[in-house]
Amino acid sequence: MALIDLANPTRFVALVEGILPWLAAATLVAFAYGLHGTYLAPDDYQQGATVKIMFIHVPNAWLCMFVWGVMSAAALGTLVWRHPLADVAAKCAAPLGAAFTFLALVTGSLWGRPMWGTYWVWDARLTSVLVLFIMYLALIALWRTVDDPTRAGRAAAILTLVGAVNLPIIKFSVDWWNTLHQPASVFRMGGATVDRSMLIPLAVMALAFTLLFITLHLAAMRNEIMRRRVRTLMLTQAERA
Amino acid sequence: MDLGPHAGFIIAAYGIATAVVATLVTWVTADHFAQKRALADLDRRGITRRSAEPRPAQVKEPA
Repeated sequence: MALIDLANPTRFVALVEGILPWLAAATLVAFAYGLHGTYLAPDDYQQGATVKIMFIHVPNAWLCMFVWGVMSAAALGTLVWRHPLADVAAKCAAPLGAAFTFLALVTGSLWGRPMWGTYWVWDARLTSVLVLFIMYLALIALWRTVDDPTRAGRAAAILTLVGAVNLPIIKFSVDWWNTLHQPASVFRMGGATVDRSMLIPLAVMALAFTLLFITLHLAAMRNEIMRRRVRTLMLTQAERA
Repeated sequence: MDLGPHAGFIIAAYGIATAVVATLVTWVTADHFAQKRALADLDRRGITRRSAEPRPAQVKEPA
């Protein structure tokens, strides 16, 4: 199947139906392996067992930005190439991104309370991620406000591209400003500062959450294509009556 | 497994993550069945896409 064939929603749904069981199985295996590694990972010399929160906090923090990146690429697909599946991809990614951002914020708070002595501070990293969460909710609200999916898609694409400005702010907030949040410890010049015994389970958990996103995103896109089919059929029926 | 003095925070973090992931999976699965039901209902009422309708028989014109 050529890549261009994926622009056809019927072919896309057929492809998704074929690969979803494999993706779901790969996600389950990755989670099983990652959670096993999390269980075996040693306690941190300063944080003790509390470091185990890192294995779910960090993958969700990565994903909340990654999903917005996927939505930004889809927004370009909507505005520049008018790809028929681009706004479907963006619409279906928004609730998943909101859920991952929510988890990053909540698990971060639960990690911060015993380590920093507080659930929340209005520092640059935490505030910029909270802004991202609010932008996800705004996008979901926009999609629900406008009835016509094509019009909603264009408005949402513009909002998504404007919101993408927040991504470098989140990433570099710990370098640009003096924050309570620690600086980057995995993707940084000079290599990761996390020990291998923790880095490997962290990488596997990040892979598991990413596979979860891909699986749910493709399944949600298939559902959205079916929903639009139902809508079109009902509109056609109403016009005939 | 000894989770130390902050066990409550660790268990809460994993518990909330499990609940959110379970909610996402349930939502996507339930939505799939809802759309499938809606399409099947329309199909029963004879409302189908043009591409899914049977093609009319081709009548050969006499030469």
